[in-house]
Amino acid sequence: MAGAITAHLSEEASVRPRHINESGFVRFLLISIALLFLTLMVILPLITVFYEGLKKGWDVYVAALTDSDAKSALKLTLIVSLIAIPLNTVFGIMAAWAITKFRFRGRNFLITLIDLPFAVSPVISGLIYVLLFGAQGFFGPWLDDHGIQIVFALPGIVLATVFVTFPFVARELIPLMDAQGVAEEEAAVSLGAKGFKLFWHVTLPNIKWGLLYGIILCNARAMGEFGAVSVISGHIRGETNTLPLHIEILYNEYQFSASFAVASLLVMLAVVTLVAKKLIEWRGSKWQSK
Amino acid sequence: MKGSAIRRVLPGFGLSLGYTIFYLSVIVLIPLSGVFIKTAGMGWADFWHTVWNTRVIAAYKVSFLTALSAAGINAVFGLLIAWVLVRYKFPGKSIIDSLVDLPFALPTAVAGIALTTIYAQNGLIGSKLEPLGIKVAFTPLGITIALVFIGLPFVVRTVQPILQDLEKDTEEAAVMLGARRWRTFTRIILPEIAPALLTGFALAFARGVGEYGSVVFISGNMPLRTEITPLLIMSKLEQFDYAGATAIALVMLVFSFIALLIINVLQSRISKRTTSA
Repeated sequence: MAGAITAHLSEEASVRPRHINESGFVRFLLISIALLFLTLMVILPLITVFYEGLKKGWDVYVAALTDSDAKSALKLTLIVSLIAIPLNTVFGIMAAWAITKFRFRGRNFLITLIDLPFAVSPVISGLIYVLLFGAQGFFGPWLDDHGIQIVFALPGIVLATVFVTFPFVARELIPLMDAQGVAEEEAAVSLGAKGFKLFWHVTLPNIKWGLLYGIILCNARAMGEFGAVSVISGHIRGETNTLPLHIEILYNEYQFSASFAVASLLVMLAVVTLVAKKLIEWRGSKWQSK
Repeated sequence: MKGSAIRRVLPGFGLSLGYTIFYLSVIVLIPLSGVFIKTAGMGWADFWHTVWNTRVIAAYKVSFLTALSAAGINAVFGLLIAWVLVRYKFPGKSIIDSLVDLPFALPTAVAGIALTTIYAQNGLIGSKLEPLGIKVAFTPLGITIALVFIGLPFVVRTVQPILQDLEKDTEEAAVMLGARRWRTFTRIILPEIAPALLTGFALAFARGVGEYGSVVFISGNMPLRTEITPLLIMSKLEQFDYAGATAIALVMLVFSFIALLIINVLQSRISKRTTSA
């Protein structure tokens, strides 16, 4: 679903005769409503996070971020992303290659299946792994006998994160590679290019911006996932708490300033993601117009 | 693979498709099928009793109605924002365009605590609404606001490209024939963008029904009043009632699959429309 809603808009509305446009007053009114709505719904929450985080002063803010539980939550979040992103990136490239470079039966059905994790509630995304690997789950007793822990431990958190970020890279690459067709690759094959070299030298340069964008989106979701991870992590402080879970615990303990201070880290991540998106769109359109 | 009618010049079909299906099965299909297997182990009467009692029905209602109203609000304001972004020029437009994506990039828990703080009784907006007798936080209205935040980009980003590509000829012809601006909009523009708007609405609705992180803080989680379905699954898990949680999850999954199917049909219609145009 995310792929369908990524718009790359660079062109301005073309110049049109005056009488076809709305009157200046209507235009002003519509722009005002749009800005007011976005201010209330989007900008205000952003400001609130920093305001609440810094309300009790800089020292409280820094203390919340340098707290040992916060540090281990940050570390866990980074580790989980560093495992989940490469897995889904390799999958995304493989899936996009199979789907866009070849025609086979069930191709559209496969695309729908790849989209499936977007349609599943985050809570269910966590639940399915508890059913498989939890103490009462299908593989629970076997795992227990062999001393392997998945639920309430790092592997479970990684699995849930991989599930919720599953379609991101594939969803960015499929429309892009579909539009580019197979002509360049076929030409390269006829000139003797083979296997991985073909992908690395011919396909990758064409898709690198889309791929990077997919990875950035995947990362933002991986670091921010709350529902799925909440089900499977067990909320063990300093051990299985990711940043979003740490925020929840602080908030429920009425440590609002500390909670918002940690939240501000994730807001910065979101802002960096949006800036990166803008830059990639800009580079991409520049590159395309060459 | 060799016997296929289409000549395959490019390498890696078997490997890439094989890996795709393997990874898809291991991460998505097999774990999801666990929900069906687990529920099949319950008796029919047991299952029915779990997924259809007063508390669960109330949760379905809250989830359904709040997601529906939020998607409706987003359809109106999302269309308006897409329109403004495509048709008008104003200072800061590029920043506004980027901000529309914020709900995609911002972790849901962060959105949840920020919105709760703003709309709580002593919050920036909550305190202004309190004297008017409007309570937002810890009511269905609060849940709706959280879902409006979550769903906004879905509508804007589905409608925006269609609005961008809209042929202006018919619009101009309508003006020539003496149609007023509003009439041109409802008769010419709206029918053109209706499938995209409906897709955006459906995407926002589907996301809203399953949303957890942003809602759990602002809803107050009162059974029968502000308890959403994902939260009900969560509280069953906390009581180690795995069968109960799974049965409700199954109902939600079936609902989501139907929604996904409808969305796919809508989207293929849009792409047919744009390619035939």
